[in-house]
Amino acid sequence: MTSNAAVPFWRAAGMTYITYSNICANLVRNCLKEPYKTEALSREKVHFSISKWTDGKPEKPTIRSDSPEE
Amino acid sequence: MKGSGPPVATVLVASTVALTSSSSAEVQHVSFSTTSSNQVDMVIVPATTGQMGVLPGHVATIAEFKPGVLSVHEGSETTKYFVSSGFVFIHANSFADIITVKAVPLDRINANLVQKRLVDFTLKLS
Repeated sequence: MTSNAAVPFWRAAGMTYITYSNICANLVRNCLKEPYKTEALSREKVHFSISKWTDGKPEKPTIRSDSPEE
Repeated sequence: MKGSGPPVATVLVASTVALTSSSSAEVQHVSFSTTSSNQVDMVIVPATTGQMGVLPGHVATIAEFKPGVLSVHEGSETTKYFVSSGFVFIHANSFADIITVKAVPLDRINANLVQKRLVDFTLKLS
């Protein structure tokens, strides 16, 4: 019989460890002094394009451009 | 300690990981900072169970961090970092890997911003 005891708080809150860790990192990033803050925030921006594949063919790609706040 | 018995602990800190992709190339930056000689006397890590001191010869352990201060002691010098979260993997041969997304030297933190955001978030909670 498996028990559900001792679930970590972040999982109990409906997150994965990566989500929790990224939130923590963002909080720290936003508390840095300049110029480190702008450096870190610009470093963590992501920009990529995603396309789903159906029947062996890619569909139209979507561009995703996130800054760390999101 | 140093010079007798097993080697002193080695600290590897992986600081921020950034993934950016432009149209032509994917660039992945991982920046590492290691202590000056890679060999230190002691590291104090902010484990979820409290501050944990890691000395050479420490039993092999894996510990999760809570956000807190990591201090690296080498001779008479101490370098402190704030880690956002992460883990420490202590190996049986006195090597310790510290894995975190952000490890920031304390002097890079703006205390006013911290206070302000703490107040903001406490308000949001209530």
